[in-house]
Amino acid sequence: MMDKFEIKDVNLHYGAFHALHDINLNIAPNEITAFIGPSGCGKSTLLKSLNRMNDLVEGCRVDGQILLDGQDIYQKDVDVNTLRKRVGMVFQKPNPFPMSIYDNVAYGPRTHGIRNKKELDEIVETSLRETAIWDELKDRLGKSALGLSGGQQQRLCIARALAVKPDVLLMDEPTSALDPISTSKIEDLTLQLKKDFTIVIVTHNMQQATRISDKTAFFLLGELVEADRTEKLFSMPKDKRTEDYITGRFG
Amino acid sequence: MENESTLLRGSGAAAVRESIAKYVFMLLASMSIFLVILICYFLFSNGIPAILKIGVKQFLTGTVWKPKNEIFGILPMIVGSVYVTIGSILVGVPIGILTAVYLSKFCSKRIYRIINPAVELLAGIPSVVYGFFGLVVIVPIIAVLTRPFGGKGKSILTASILLGIMILPTIISCAKAAIDAVPESYYEGSLALGATHERSIFHVMVPAARSGIFAGIVLGVGRAIGETMAVIMIAGNQPRMPKGIFQGTRTMTANIVLEMGYAVGLHREALIATGVVLFIFLLCINLIFSFIKHRSESKY
Amino acid sequence: MNQKTESILLRALTLLAAALTVGTLLFLIIYILIRGIPYLKPSLFAWEYNTDNVSLMPAMINTIVMTVLSLLIAIPMGVGSAIYLVEYAKRGSKFVELIRLTTETLSGIPSIIYGLFGYLLFVIQLHFGYSILGGALTISIMILPLIMRQTEESLKAVPDLFREGSLGLGAGKLRTIFSIVLPSAVPGILAGIILAIGRIVGETAALIYTAGTVAGIPNSIMSSGRTLAIHMYVLTNEGLYTNQSYATAVVLLLVVTMINALSSMLAKKLASKA
Repeated sequence: MMDKFEIKDVNLHYGAFHALHDINLNIAPNEITAFIGPSGCGKSTLLKSLNRMNDLVEGCRVDGQILLDGQDIYQKDVDVNTLRKRVGMVFQKPNPFPMSIYDNVAYGPRTHGIRNKKELDEIVETSLRETAIWDELKDRLGKSALGLSGGQQQRLCIARALAVKPDVLLMDEPTSALDPISTSKIEDLTLQLKKDFTIVIVTHNMQQATRISDKTAFFLLGELVEADRTEKLFSMPKDKRTEDYITGRFG
Repeated sequence: MENESTLLRGSGAAAVRESIAKYVFMLLASMSIFLVILICYFLFSNGIPAILKIGVKQFLTGTVWKPKNEIFGILPMIVGSVYVTIGSILVGVPIGILTAVYLSKFCSKRIYRIINPAVELLAGIPSVVYGFFGLVVIVPIIAVLTRPFGGKGKSILTASILLGIMILPTIISCAKAAIDAVPESYYEGSLALGATHERSIFHVMVPAARSGIFAGIVLGVGRAIGETMAVIMIAGNQPRMPKGIFQGTRTMTANIVLEMGYAVGLHREALIATGVVLFIFLLCINLIFSFIKHRSESKY
Repeated sequence: MNQKTESILLRALTLLAAALTVGTLLFLIIYILIRGIPYLKPSLFAWEYNTDNVSLMPAMINTIVMTVLSLLIAIPMGVGSAIYLVEYAKRGSKFVELIRLTTETLSGIPSIIYGLFGYLLFVIQLHFGYSILGGALTISIMILPLIMRQTEESLKAVPDLFREGSLGLGAGKLRTIFSIVLPSAVPGILAGIILAIGRIVGETAALIYTAGTVAGIPNSIMSSGRTLAIHMYVLTNEGLYTNQSYATAVVLLLVVTMINALSSMLAKKLASKA
């Protein structure tokens, strides 16, 4: 089976700053891959390269190839909006739009051309069911999304991302701003979602990585130090730096 | 030594000075309260008796204004003000908001350095200069364009265009500030769903800024309805019910300025009463705005 | 794709709007300059006004006198009020809320209403007749909210560290305000004053029935005298002096542009200091 993402010899510069060094990594489909490492190690930077959200940063230059299902996403004629439809993102701080819950979830599909009310109703319901908040919210779809709790808002953002029917879901420290109960709900959700989606999650929390990920990649100072099946990486790390990080000697 | 006694507060010259200063400043601050009361007093004490003398219904709904015959109906002027204000909103708001979006989200730093001073300059041009410009440029053009429709150059249309231009800076600066204040996270969230830059701005950022934009519009309305000099130079000033947007009209403000110089007795009081009506109009607009703002803020 | 066409359209619309805005300004300025500059003759600036030269010099002088007078009245009031609001008042007190409400009300009143008020109070009630003083008093009320707001913001921008440092040396509140806080706030206050000058120079409706429209240089501040903006209006109204109207408009525009530029420069200096 082909890898979902093939990251080949990727170097990333923010202006003069060399943020990512010679990254080579494969991400398998229908799995959860975790990026871990101390602050500033480049894990979020690499994540944001996978849906080209890095393009927003002035002076950002990417060398090398990132292949999604065999196609280089940094090629000249790639439509970045179509890319982001296939590769969705959930942010660290929940960012629902100041609109109703319904409009939040329907925003993505509407953007990509779906205008029929029945179709949109269906998509909204499906997405909210997939994120297990349909029952909680079905009676207040017209109310503002800003009135929800932090955990609910984040699940709404996940539903919003799912509504455009992506292949991949990128999650940038999705639970770091949430309480433990919401965190565990979202972790359960993520485990459910991997059946239908490929998930890449950046996390500061090593326990989270061990709890939910199939594969883990450890980053340090812009380098990919080691990537392996999660159980192997945490029990028998090959690199001393990995071992030091995991055992808490720094980070 | 002096030190022991000077540790205690309250008796020295310095303390007295401090007290006096505090009360002087407080007095100065309460000037604005005093002034508002004073203005209201003079306006209402001169204007309300006039309205009562003429008859409230006669004054507010009478369609004839003939001071010579002691007939004082200001409905034509009220309608004139309203039409001209609505017209200015139709001209100024779309252009203003779109320009604000351009300044906030689309233009480069270099272009911003050119356009922003231009907007500030627009804000500083005196109304007589605007009126003059309207008179020598806009009026002749509109006269030519609307002649087939029987239109005169000095008309509601001309006033709407000129006033629309005059309120542009207000709307642009309020809208721009509101859009600038919208958190970037909304933009990123929209982009991450595959929406374009333009769509993200118009469907997420601008709607998020709507309360600030609305505030700018209300300010613009206040400015338009209170504008005097520019309007009297280009709107025609006929004291009769407006006959169409290509025809002239007189606003409440124009009514006051044009006749105050020679009005006496009840005529003069009627003009002051016009000012009272204008004042109340503005108060109502501000109240409605505060009410709407309150409701939309409590929704969340 | 539908999204693509919508996006192109939206971008084009914003560009069009911005072009219209700038274009209107440019057209206005260039048109007036082209028609007016040829008539900027020395006779337009003669000391003595007569119906031949329709000199704007007396009006200019009246404008300067009016401006200085209004500022002399408004600045102490405005700065003093702001000092009270920032340095003395308790947060959220009803008194402060009331002041804010009335100040906002004052700033929303159209100039013609101020003119009416000034007429009723100064010209009629106090028997000033049309006078420069009456005009100045009226204008000073008009610009009060502006000066208050600017001063307030400038005072708020002064870091508390300064105040604490001064009080910590035993300096007392009054001395702290006048020796430490106010001097720091001066550039901002100045910017507000310059903005106010811009408003005064352009003001007409508030002055027509308070300072009047007499064309010469008045004998005293109790006599009537027209300002530059009123002069412009009267000229245009009379309809006989189109060319001189253009020239007067040029002068007005120049004055306003210079005031604007000065205020911008000050604002930039402020921002770079912070």
